[in-house]
Amino acid sequence: MLTNQEVAQHIAGAFEGDVYDFEQPYDLLTFTTTREQIIPLLTHLKDHQQYQISFLTDLTGVHYPHLTGKEFAVVYHVHSLIHNFRVRIKVFLSKEDLHIPTASDVYPCANWMERETFDFYGILFDGHPKLIRILNIEEMDYHPMRKEYPLEDATRQDKIDPLFGR
Amino acid sequence: MSDIELIGSQKSLSKTLQPELVEELTTLNLGPTHPATHGIFQNILQMDGEIIVSGEQTVGYIHRAFEKIAERRPFYQITTLTDRMNYCSSPINNFGWLMTVEKLLGIEVPKRAQYIRVIMMELARITDHLVCNGILGVDSGSFSGFLYLMQKREEVYEIYEEMCGARLTTNMGRVGGMERDLSGTAIAKINAFLKTLPPVLREFENLFNRNRIFMDRTINVGAITAERALAYGFTGPNLRAAGVDYDVRVMNPYSSYEDFDFSIPVGKSGDTYDRFMVRGEEMWQSIKIIEQAMNNLPEGPYYADAPEYYLPPKDDVYTKMEALIYHFKIVMGEIDAPAGEVYHAVEGGNGELGFYLISDGGRAPYRLHFRRPSFIYYQAYPEMCVGGTLSDAIMIMSSLNVIAGELDA
Amino acid sequence: MVDPPAGHSGAGFFATSFDQVIGLARSYSLWPLPFATSCCGIEFMATMGAHYDISRFGSERPSFSPRQSDLLMVMGTIAKKMGPVVKQVYLQMAEPRWVIAVGACASSGGIFDTYSVLQGIDRIVPVDVYVPGCPPRPEQILDGLMEIQHLAQTESLRRRNGEEYQQLLASYNIQ
Repeated sequence: MLTNQEVAQHIAGAFEGDVYDFEQPYDLLTFTTTREQIIPLLTHLKDHQQYQISFLTDLTGVHYPHLTGKEFAVVYHVHSLIHNFRVRIKVFLSKEDLHIPTASDVYPCANWMERETFDFYGILFDGHPKLIRILNIEEMDYHPMRKEYPLEDATRQDKIDPLFGR
Repeated sequence: MSDIELIGSQKSLSKTLQPELVEELTTLNLGPTHPATHGIFQNILQMDGEIIVSGEQTVGYIHRAFEKIAERRPFYQITTLTDRMNYCSSPINNFGWLMTVEKLLGIEVPKRAQYIRVIMMELARITDHLVCNGILGVDSGSFSGFLYLMQKREEVYEIYEEMCGARLTTNMGRVGGMERDLSGTAIAKINAFLKTLPPVLREFENLFNRNRIFMDRTINVGAITAERALAYGFTGPNLRAAGVDYDVRVMNPYSSYEDFDFSIPVGKSGDTYDRFMVRGEEMWQSIKIIEQAMNNLPEGPYYADAPEYYLPPKDDVYTKMEALIYHFKIVMGEIDAPAGEVYHAVEGGNGELGFYLISDGGRAPYRLHFRRPSFIYYQAYPEMCVGGTLSDAIMIMSSLNVIAGELDA
Repeated sequence: MVDPPAGHSGAGFFATSFDQVIGLARSYSLWPLPFATSCCGIEFMATMGAHYDISRFGSERPSFSPRQSDLLMVMGTIAKKMGPVVKQVYLQMAEPRWVIAVGACASSGGIFDTYSVLQGIDRIVPVDVYVPGCPPRPEQILDGLMEIQHLAQTESLRRRNGEEYQQLLASYNIQ
């Protein structure tokens, strides 16, 4: 039965200095790491003989416009099916330097999840085989999930009545 | 065709038997408009005669920006969005979302409400598998099986109407429990359904399970090994057909699933026939769970004692001041959630449906991400089709049960 | 059974006007093209099923080939990415053709007032009947179909060549 404490200590030992902010919101071990260490970390967890954290549940991005220097976060949820143990790993990226190595060599299922994150936030994944938009139309020139853009289409011609709106 | 990636090439029969034939690959657009049923996504297939050599997918034809809408809506209004993701089994999405919110708010749902939720979720699972297996029958050419199963779906719609008022997009449940208790009519209808479904399922199985034509069309079609399936993030019946017994209801039990005794059907080779059989058997297991829940339904309230989040009873609202204030705050959407992030997963009809919710203390989520199983396992589709014929590609697509609403969200 | 239209009948013959006979024949044999994209498509499957049989209204053969269908039933949300596909399918249909927008999303964008959803298919194709609902009950879809039947019965044979119709198509950039 793996515990958060045990795995956290192991990871802190194996990746000294590059992993920080360990916490467990709602009993899920969460920590942050750097862009350079994320792929070695994911590979280490996947190949670990005992832990076998080898299932990528989810990969997504978050935009925090108020945190200067750490505006974008890429969040990985990985899961060990053998031990029923989940981990959440975050990597914070700055707006000026918005790229991160791709996880699609380690986990093929990260392919589309990274394309979706790129589509929504504009985070570039270095080494991705085909990083183009997946859900929106190809001609779209902005990344819609960023907080500065509105929900509605800015170019629409109906439902814009000045008095009654919609 | 420089923008089409060739995933694997197959030695074609024409090359070996008649090498003097000029080899040319045809591009076939299995376009966004399919013959109804499956939903809209595009596959551009490179074919060598009848054999598929590679495929390239385009999705996003029904992208409705759920995650962006969710940043605007208060928590209870997002339930209506979750309906429309996997619209064949809406209650599972609804309750998955409500359980995420309850986890964030720290609300304990009473046992009776949990059992009612289990009954509704298993009914939804049955309807999802009814549609999937029926459509698999239609795609292999036989329409009648589908008609028998749609009739059963109508009966489940009547049960949903009794519980929440809507047939398909149910918006069932509230934060803290259910909006109404199981009425006498609902109980009668569920019991009647439990009696009339098994003969229909048996008749359907008689038509298909040992049917020579169906078996020829589905065995060894679209097989995927357990390692590849896990690498591609498969969950749900598709993964169980490949041999891995991962079921979120057993591994991370929620809503009192640990009280029920059911088994997880697991296949061997991960081909279309195994997926069909796994779904068929899961329907029998769901019937078992509903029977157990109906027999052991505990007494008690059907909603939690959380007046800040669950609307107080109407006669209290008209007479007591606190109830009136709570009612006002909830309806105006001014309930504040604690800041935090939570990930909760339920076993949807297609696999692990996860909700990653980041709240910053406001009335709407700061970020809500849906971990949609269809989106993740659909990536494996070209790999599963390579080497098969076009008709196999159709069968593989319908056996994967890709629901477009969940794919694009 | 259907009442015969007004006309003269005698021993072995029945004389009436073309409009009425052709309208009658067309309206009771409308072949739909189910353009089902999302949840409303599942309600269409229920309408096609044995309980709310649509084939008793003449729509026995839902065809997926635009050339062979009369009625384009757009059921479900149409995203901006899908808009050109709807237009293409509409252009491939042969006259006379009718369009039903089933559901709130096809009629006006529904609950999805977002950057990626087309706010109603009448932005790109002319629509004859709108069926509101989210999703509409099968009875409502059948009601929409009956409205189309009424339109088909009372339509003038020259309508599709007339000035007004051509102007309608031109306003959608359809030749």
